[in-house]
Amino acid sequence: MWLPRLAIDRWRLGEGCARGEGPDAEPLALIAETAHGPRIDAVNDAGLAAGARRGMMLADARTLCPWLKVAPSDPEGDLAFLGKLAVWAQRWGPWSALDAPDGLVVDVTAVAHLFAGEARLLADAHGAFAHRGLTVRLAIAPTAGAAWALSHFGPERAILQPGDDAAAGLEELPVAALRLDEEVLVVLRRLGLKRLGDLHGIGRSALHRRFRNRKSPAANPLIRMDQLLGRMSEPLLPVVRRQAPLVQRRLLEPIRHRELLDQVVTDLARDMARQLEGTGQGARRLEIGLWRVDGEVAVRHLELSAATRDPAHMCRLFSAKLDDVDAGFGIEMVRLRASWIEPLALEQGDIEAAAETQGTSLAACLDRLTVRLGEKAVRRPVLHASHMPERAQRWRPPLEREPAAQEELRFHARPLKLLDRAEKIAVLYATPDGYPKAFRWRGQVREIARVEGPERITPEWWRSKSTARLRDYYRVEDTAGCRYWIYRHGLMEDGRGGLPDWFLQGLYA
Amino acid sequence: MSATMLSDLCDVDALAAARSTRWRPGLAAPAHSEIFAGGSEGGGAGLALALACDALRSSLAEDKDRRAILWVQDRAAVRLTGRPYRPGLPVELRRRLIHVVAEKAEDALFALEEGLRCRELAFVIGEMTGNPKALDFTASRRLSLAAEKHGVPLWLVRLDAQRDLSSARMRWDVRAAASPPPRWNAAAPGTPSWRAELFRARAHAPGEWILRDDGRSLIATSPHSVGVAAATGDRPLAAG
Repeated sequence: MWLPRLAIDRWRLGEGCARGEGPDAEPLALIAETAHGPRIDAVNDAGLAAGARRGMMLADARTLCPWLKVAPSDPEGDLAFLGKLAVWAQRWGPWSALDAPDGLVVDVTAVAHLFAGEARLLADAHGAFAHRGLTVRLAIAPTAGAAWALSHFGPERAILQPGDDAAAGLEELPVAALRLDEEVLVVLRRLGLKRLGDLHGIGRSALHRRFRNRKSPAANPLIRMDQLLGRMSEPLLPVVRRQAPLVQRRLLEPIRHRELLDQVVTDLARDMARQLEGTGQGARRLEIGLWRVDGEVAVRHLELSAATRDPAHMCRLFSAKLDDVDAGFGIEMVRLRASWIEPLALEQGDIEAAAETQGTSLAACLDRLTVRLGEKAVRRPVLHASHMPERAQRWRPPLEREPAAQEELRFHARPLKLLDRAEKIAVLYATPDGYPKAFRWRGQVREIARVEGPERITPEWWRSKSTARLRDYYRVEDTAGCRYWIYRHGLMEDGRGGLPDWFLQGLYA
Repeated sequence: MSATMLSDLCDVDALAAARSTRWRPGLAAPAHSEIFAGGSEGGGAGLALALACDALRSSLAEDKDRRAILWVQDRAAVRLTGRPYRPGLPVELRRRLIHVVAEKAEDALFALEEGLRCRELAFVIGEMTGNPKALDFTASRRLSLAAEKHGVPLWLVRLDAQRDLSSARMRWDVRAAASPPPRWNAAAPGTPSWRAELFRARAHAPGEWILRDDGRSLIATSPHSVGVAAATGDRPLAAG
């Protein structure tokens, strides 16, 4: 389905006039502001007759037609309207997809007999669109690409049966029917390839060589041709209507005090819980919006580690977020919206009341910690495939699934704790690579009583520079019994710097 | 009033009887313990983990215990002794650790209390540096009550701290001790050992032990027979 005049039809519906009457009787253009001045996005019939075209600069159009009226165009509004149309068009098929900016694809596989044939189906759809005052061109074809080509460039209400020879049926269409980028069309035109049939005339390998670097479908005519003929699959993204649960309270009297706001939030959380419970879902992300009398809006977000619909839990988490809200002259409307929901079976009891007697669940505990301390503060260590000790462990969110990793090697004796940055120490040792005898760390000299090593860990050549030095790790115990993990950074004669430095990286238990 | 006095007296008797028993490994974990340690050694957290693992092992069904553990550090503790390193943790705890870094002492106390109120945690370890104002007797009492109410033990490591007022049920002071020489390389550092002094406990008499965790159980030896302990290798002596 192609709505060639979507923008202007939508403007006309907004004005509430029929085609060619009232304001639509005079030349009008919808314009968008560009860096070079206003440019025309869409023109009505009278404007077309007067010589204005889509893509013209407004100044050029005004020289042709000085009395041309203008209105701003609204691409976002058009897209939203198209989304609604896509859902509406599901009356002719089980699912539909957007073909922005002005097309729709509806899957009518095995549906036509319900309307007594494809022709009657198209007539029905045409009538429905005409009744809504929208211009539409329709086509039915076995592939989305062929349907697009026929609706844009084929005869009115064209039907291509699955048994027909698609290549022969479409060969009269221009190459623009392949949904290609403008520059590719220019290339094809310069090559003298004007119709789809011309592409069949020359060898596939020649075309393939010409466009071998073009990977995106819109830049490669061969891919588009294969999609059109059904030799290559073309995934479409279906439009599914989904409504985010939303509850709001308009307040009779603007509120300025925290206790009243807490009461409103409690009420909203209860409403939200009821709404979520009805659909068997729980919220993962919540947004609360506070509309102030003086026109300001404060929005606070909340993300939960597990789906929940417990009102007391939501209130408790929001109460920390609402501390810094400035009420100004008062808040007149509060809206709570769950922008991310997940299915949640109807079994979870009341977290907050049970918390007093039997403790909270892990998810609720982590939510509270995250809200107060921040996302980065609550994490769990997971293994990472690396030789370097500081890279062998990464920090991930606590309830995330643990990635598959090789287990630690049992014969490695690793320290209980690792410093964020290895600290430089001064070491007394027998050069070039004897055992360390004593070291100075944080201003204190420690005699080494026992030592084991070295364990040599070479830099990862696939990611570090060629001048990175290797490390020789030693486990040491000083005379007081403290155990440390120290390393010598480099060798004496490795040609990658002067005398090697020593670092202390970890503390054993 | 007199009734309470009487019950207090009974308690005192019971307490005295209990106090005459010395602490030994394998007892149930007290709700709230404090471990004082130096900021330039890993012994505090090491002993806390060893004691916690010992208490878990002595409780039932350790094999099936998959509950998470919470480890809260304040920023200074991270800077002084670093973060927990998963390959170095005891094997049974590696997959279960959840780590929290708190910027201030107040945040650390909040995180500790939230952890104690969570029924799905096996135990909570805290590491706090010095004697922050927020960690006064009231805060310590809050932690004790929360831990007792919900049955989640707390092991609070105090790095470089003075022995201030606290309601902890057991208070330890720990220093590193020379480790027993390993079997195959006597020059290498061995199983971590600590000289731990129990200086205040509600149910036990004070005492001092050399403790070490050999992976299966916690072993306590008398501090005055270090030479003997070293000579016997890994075999435990009778608890001093």
